[in-house]
Amino acid sequence: MWVEAEPPQWSIYTRGQTDMERSSSSLWRKIRSRYNLVGNACENCNTPYFPQRIVCRKCGRKSRMVEKIYSGNGEVYSITKIRTPPDTFRDEAPYYIGIVKLDDGPKVEGHIIENGTEPKIGTRVRIRFRRMYVDGDEGLIYYHYKFEPV
Amino acid sequence: MTAGIVGYGVHIPIYRIRVEDIARVWNEDAESIKKGLGIKEKSVPGRDEDAATIAVEAARRAVRHAGIDAHSIGAIYVGSESHPYAVKPTATIVSAALEAGNRLMAADLEFACKAGTAGLQMVMGLIDSGMIKYGMSIGSDTSQGRPGDALEYTASAGGGAFILGREKNEIIADIIKTVSFTSDTPDFWRREGAGFPSHGGRFTGEPGYFRHIVHATKMLFEETGFKNSDFDYAVFHQPNGKFPIGVAAQLGFTDAQIKNGLLTPIIGNTYSGASMIGLAATLDVARPGQKILVTSFGSGAGSDSFAIEVTDNIESKRKNLEKVMDIVNKDRTYIDYSVYLKNRNSIRKT
Repeated sequence: MWVEAEPPQWSIYTRGQTDMERSSSSLWRKIRSRYNLVGNACENCNTPYFPQRIVCRKCGRKSRMVEKIYSGNGEVYSITKIRTPPDTFRDEAPYYIGIVKLDDGPKVEGHIIENGTEPKIGTRVRIRFRRMYVDGDEGLIYYHYKFEPV
Repeated sequence: MTAGIVGYGVHIPIYRIRVEDIARVWNEDAESIKKGLGIKEKSVPGRDEDAATIAVEAARRAVRHAGIDAHSIGAIYVGSESHPYAVKPTATIVSAALEAGNRLMAADLEFACKAGTAGLQMVMGLIDSGMIKYGMSIGSDTSQGRPGDALEYTASAGGGAFILGREKNEIIADIIKTVSFTSDTPDFWRREGAGFPSHGGRFTGEPGYFRHIVHATKMLFEETGFKNSDFDYAVFHQPNGKFPIGVAAQLGFTDAQIKNGLLTPIIGNTYSGASMIGLAATLDVARPGQKILVTSFGSGAGSDSFAIEVTDNIESKRKNLEKVMDIVNKDRTYIDYSVYLKNRNSIRKT
């Protein structure tokens, strides 16, 4: 069975963005999945995806993909504290990157805000809307979902 | 009037700086500043927060409280004097973050501290004319205070979002009447490209704040027949902790009428958010049948005055409400002046 290749991992969390990604068209294409957890799921087998996939990994050509907006409530599945950040996040270190198991969706990667509670594996989190980075004095401002301990 | 409030939400960053921590840097007497301004501490945005993120968080809470589909919102207006872009609307960022779709009117507003209530009046007009079913107005700011200036003790961050609608069974508070008093008054300004606002010192008081609030409120009394004792609560713009108490006394309101809506002593002046957050905190505790007076003030200058009456629906809708004082108190984190500067992007790694 033909299976679509895995989509490339978003690089912004760990490596910063490349110049190619710093374009207004690239931002525009990704706005919905950066502001909200807009993914999809296969109605055939109920497998949830984020980011969206064109074809279900399990069902292939039988897949029936429908858009899903996940709530953003979930639990920290894995977490790491970034002390040596890419230049993009130079002033933000140390900060947390984690994988969150959504209550109503798949595992997703994201920044985890430290709001007085040190996030750990198992910490309950919810989605927040924050600024990810600012492109200099004249460039675009990139907004993104982040997770916050409840 | 047909339009009424169907939902509201507030966001206040978790960070706080105390008056003492600012006064220490400038070798000023914290106690006399606390007494003079009537403020203990103020909210500070996180490094990843700005007027747009605050507007979105408040707006999302408002949509949850209202219990409506964001696609049914026909207009979004965002009032702020700290919009992240000089050209590119905050309102479109909010609409995308709400997944509100594309069939809507949107614009950014600026009228110093009253742009949020100006947006409420615009939404009221659109609803009363039948052009839209629901509309949202947001007041959101990460206000700027020049280092060492008196404003540095008060200029804070926060926002409030209100959704108006026209369905009687959804309205938690009717807006009975609104009037505005407007004049060209150079009490406070910020030129294009300037990092901080300038102001006329004491001139901001009598000719600015007091004149406009008193005139707008008296106009509302004349046009509705209401008097101060008809209102259970009153909310006035709150640039510091003393002005609203002073203007309330001038207009014959008691401390008991204004205490629920007076947040500045503990969160500072959230500028466009201030009157909106004050109204939200008052609605948090108001009961059906009670009346609320709100009079905002924006330098430049103008005041919008509203007579509001709470309906029976307010109680049943509280299950989806995040109350203002819960947001104010949750995760409150105190920072010192150097972290404050970092959060304000005034210092950076080299």
